[in-house]
Amino acid sequence: MPPVLLVNILRNPELCRSLSLREWDLLIRQARRSELLARLHHIFACNELIETIPEAPLLHLDSARLIADRHAVAVRWEVKQIAIALHDSGVAPILLKGAAYLIGELPPCFGRVFNDIDIIVPVERLGEVESILFLHGWASYGMSDYDKEYYRRWMHEIPPLRHVKRKTVIDVHHRILPRTSRSQPSSDKLLAAAVTLDEKTGVKAFAPIDMVLHSACHLFYEGEFDHGLRDLVDLDALLTEFSSRGDSFWSDLMDRADELELLRPLFYALRYTRDILGTSIPGSVSGGGVGTSFIGARWMDSLFHRGLMPDHASCNDSFTGIARWLLFVRGHYLRMPLRLLVPHLVRKAFVEDMKS
Amino acid sequence: MNVAALGAAELRNRLHGDGLVYRVGPYAVRLRSSIDQVLSAFSCLYADYPVEPDDGFADFHVYVHRPQNLRRWYRPQAIFEFDGKVPFKPLPFSQSYPFFEWGLNWCVSNHISNHLIIHSAVLENRGQAVVMPGNPGVGKSTLCAALMLRGWRLLTDELGMLSVDDCLFAPVPRPVSLKNNSIDLIANFAPEAVIGPRCEDTVKGTVAHVRAPADSVARAAEKATPRLVVLPQYVEGANAQLIPLSRPEAAMQIAGNTFNYSRLGLQGFATLTRMIDGCRCFEFRYSRLDDAIDTFEQLLVGGEG
Repeated sequence: MPPVLLVNILRNPELCRSLSLREWDLLIRQARRSELLARLHHIFACNELIETIPEAPLLHLDSARLIADRHAVAVRWEVKQIAIALHDSGVAPILLKGAAYLIGELPPCFGRVFNDIDIIVPVERLGEVESILFLHGWASYGMSDYDKEYYRRWMHEIPPLRHVKRKTVIDVHHRILPRTSRSQPSSDKLLAAAVTLDEKTGVKAFAPIDMVLHSACHLFYEGEFDHGLRDLVDLDALLTEFSSRGDSFWSDLMDRADELELLRPLFYALRYTRDILGTSIPGSVSGGGVGTSFIGARWMDSLFHRGLMPDHASCNDSFTGIARWLLFVRGHYLRMPLRLLVPHLVRKAFVEDMKS
Repeated sequence: MNVAALGAAELRNRLHGDGLVYRVGPYAVRLRSSIDQVLSAFSCLYADYPVEPDDGFADFHVYVHRPQNLRRWYRPQAIFEFDGKVPFKPLPFSQSYPFFEWGLNWCVSNHISNHLIIHSAVLENRGQAVVMPGNPGVGKSTLCAALMLRGWRLLTDELGMLSVDDCLFAPVPRPVSLKNNSIDLIANFAPEAVIGPRCEDTVKGTVAHVRAPADSVARAAEKATPRLVVLPQYVEGANAQLIPLSRPEAAMQIAGNTFNYSRLGLQGFATLTRMIDGCRCFEFRYSRLDDAIDTFEQLLVGGEG
């Protein structure tokens, strides 16, 4: 596999001092494709490197950063609207991923852009939450009846809700993996441990350890890796931050992963943040002992080391296409038994394609 | 070196190979295309544009090509790629060249945030830039082509790039897109105008592009100060008529014609109002291009001193 410039820079931002314009060209393209342009700006700014960047690439970093900052303002406002809408019901929305990082001002939030606001609510309050959000202008949209039915029967979230005026999208979850998934982490346990992010609005997020596990689970149960590297950068930032807060972090993390049946995704999260981004993780911590053979691990390495790279021509070798496809199949397989998966994929491939 | 100096063979090689990097105003574009229509239109309309070194930085990597499936032959299509991603559905193959221009508009308006991007034509004469925002069909491009063919410096016919730093317009002088009857109108108005291939049956009807004057291309690094806002409206048979427009009204009209006003937030508002404060603003009805140009010349006199 070709070495990936963006990864080298993420590991060692100082290297940017010696980049040629041709290399800057490549770096900007890889970062844009990975949705890491604004993040890269943040990293350069933290390392006091902005001054050293040539004007042409800096324009793109600046532009991306400006959009990300503006996006952050919009998301803060939108989260407030959600909290206001749900206030009287007594359901405190638990923010997931991007929105949680932002409102909690956690390190992955800087320069991170995301499309939807994800929340999770207790499954028994789901209907109520959906009606309240509907009254406040969020409704499901543009989806075939088949897809809506699919979401409601099998998924861990209801069909996305879009605000009629602002066009913002909320994904309302009731669990973190599909109902059909092989692994079933307990939503009750995750929700019970949630912490309040903001006293004023009452919005919550998963506890730090659960946040890491959810991020890992989200990435390593996914079939599509468009943002694979970005998600890995999130994990790196979360691990670095939380491990600096207390000594028991790593052992608590392992225990909780075991309790929630998420040892496997944690194993991958630790393995690849360390391998790819050089995240500092104690040698004794691996999330191992989950029944991965040496050959199995090498095989998964060959897939993930490709899938987690920017989906850009410059990062591909002759096996990348197949690796991405296998990861796609794997993601679906983990989330759904074959008796459901095969008819679904067939329908997706042929019926929907013919309609479009 | 400019595109013409490359020679036809080398231009073809580069477009077919890793791409040709050319400069238009602040941006370097790497264009690849294996399509003859793109090659011929580009060599005709971009002859004067500077060629950039092959090993430098390109802002936008653009590739227009034929699909590798049935649609290569059956009702053939063209695909626009932005650095390997396909942001739009394919268009009919016969629209390959305008597809490139429209796609490039998208590249600029979606990725650049140090300018307030106003959907407008912008031209400059004697140090005064005139901004003509407007929805499609008001005659903005026709008027823009006529003015530039009478010596006004073209900054843009589509994307007015107002810098948030200095509130000056950065020129991005690209070929001017004409539609339907305007094509013959301009061909008659200025027989010397170089007009590229006509593409029929696009969503906008028949489309053709007029080459930007060499002087406008050569002066693409020279920013211009906004002094006039003119909202044109073609009205059949009308005499040229300027109707003063209040600044707040003009500001609202322009805000509704921007690509990134809300994305820029307060900075967008500040830039827009700063521009408007330095401008005289008018609505303008016209039917005859010569009358229109006379009116614009008189407006310039009013703004001097």
